[in-house]
Amino acid sequence: MEFKESQAIYLQIADHMCEQILLDKWKTEDRIPSVRELAVQLEVNPNTVMRTCEYMQQYEIIYNKRGIGYFVAPNAGKKIKQLKKERFLANELPQFFRNIYLLDIELDELKGHYEKYKKSHFR
Amino acid sequence: MISIQNLSFSYRKNKPLFEHLNLQLEAGHIYGLLGKNGAGKSSLLKHMAGLLFPQQGHCKVMGFEARYRQPAFLQNLFMVPEEFYLPQVHIKSYVTTYAPFYPNFDRKAFHNYLEEFHIPVDQRLTEMSYGQKKKVLISFGLAANTKALILDEPTNGLDIPSKSQFRKVIAAAVSDEKCIVISTHQVRDLDNLIDSIVIIDDHKIIFRQNVETVTDRLCFKNVTNIAEVENVLFADSSIRGHAVITQNGGSEHSRIDMELLFNAVLEKRDSISQIFN
Repeated sequence: MEFKESQAIYLQIADHMCEQILLDKWKTEDRIPSVRELAVQLEVNPNTVMRTCEYMQQYEIIYNKRGIGYFVAPNAGKKIKQLKKERFLANELPQFFRNIYLLDIELDELKGHYEKYKKSHFR
Repeated sequence: MISIQNLSFSYRKNKPLFEHLNLQLEAGHIYGLLGKNGAGKSSLLKHMAGLLFPQQGHCKVMGFEARYRQPAFLQNLFMVPEEFYLPQVHIKSYVTTYAPFYPNFDRKAFHNYLEEFHIPVDQRLTEMSYGQKKKVLISFGLAANTKALILDEPTNGLDIPSKSQFRKVIAAAVSDEKCIVISTHQVRDLDNLIDSIVIIDDHKIIFRQNVETVTDRLCFKNVTNIAEVENVLFADSSIRGHAVITQNGGSEHSRIDMELLFNAVLEKRDSISQIFN
């Protein structure tokens, strides 16, 4: 895994783990690799992976069975989208707003672009 | 695990290296010891290993005064020094000779580490390159399963693929009972492994914080226009832009830049330490 410069490592690992779930590589109620296995694979401190797991547990994406390990929670995909939405609204949207403000673009003007984009990519 | 109190030491009269130095290190962590050339990183590690003696104060490891080098202490500490000597023997006889000193030595793990590092086992140690010897010594130290593991510039002399292998074996070796201390100049090799930073300068420890606390209180970012950033504590400017440290309001989660932090602590020691007190 290639780490980006700016974002905290534990959050980048969370993104990586969420991706495994969204891609269905880790399925609901599957046991995910242990903290140690992930730390070795990603070449990071196990404490960092531990922090990622606690973070994902807090958002109910994974859950802990004492002494066994972490498992993918039911509805994990939905929870991930909810979390990503929160983070998008908090981090990326202000940046986007700043750009359109500086470029004098009105929101209404973008609507057409957005519809066209959806048509060409998702239909 | 490691407790240094009021340590003073000098190699020459009137040229103190350490003056009333204090440092506490706990099990379950990987400490990164950073400092300029000649600041005393290796000398401090040698004190922990009982290879140098305090002229004043104490250096205790697992409750043992390191300087007395009691067997129960030596069994549970391994140091990989930057400069080392290995005898003219094969790996096998090296293990036969030295492993008995470490009751928790794990031969199977040792061979796994050698395999991970692609070290041919049938060679004489003296016929190996510096990097290969170092990998043998690191493998031996990890397999010795000691409570304290001290590594002085471990990635020096390692080729590009072995740095990744090194990170993997260290990540696998961490446990709640172990204390790993790594001194390094190449922080970028190890910045995802180190969870606590210790900076030595000016005869004492001037900074000791875990990475989580650092990123809770400080924010590391790269910007093109420095005027747009508020509360800049430290900035390093280059043609690529400005790497800056700002105070963290509490909501940002940036990735630590250890080189930048190191420079900031050395140059703006007072304003940085104020944030952590």
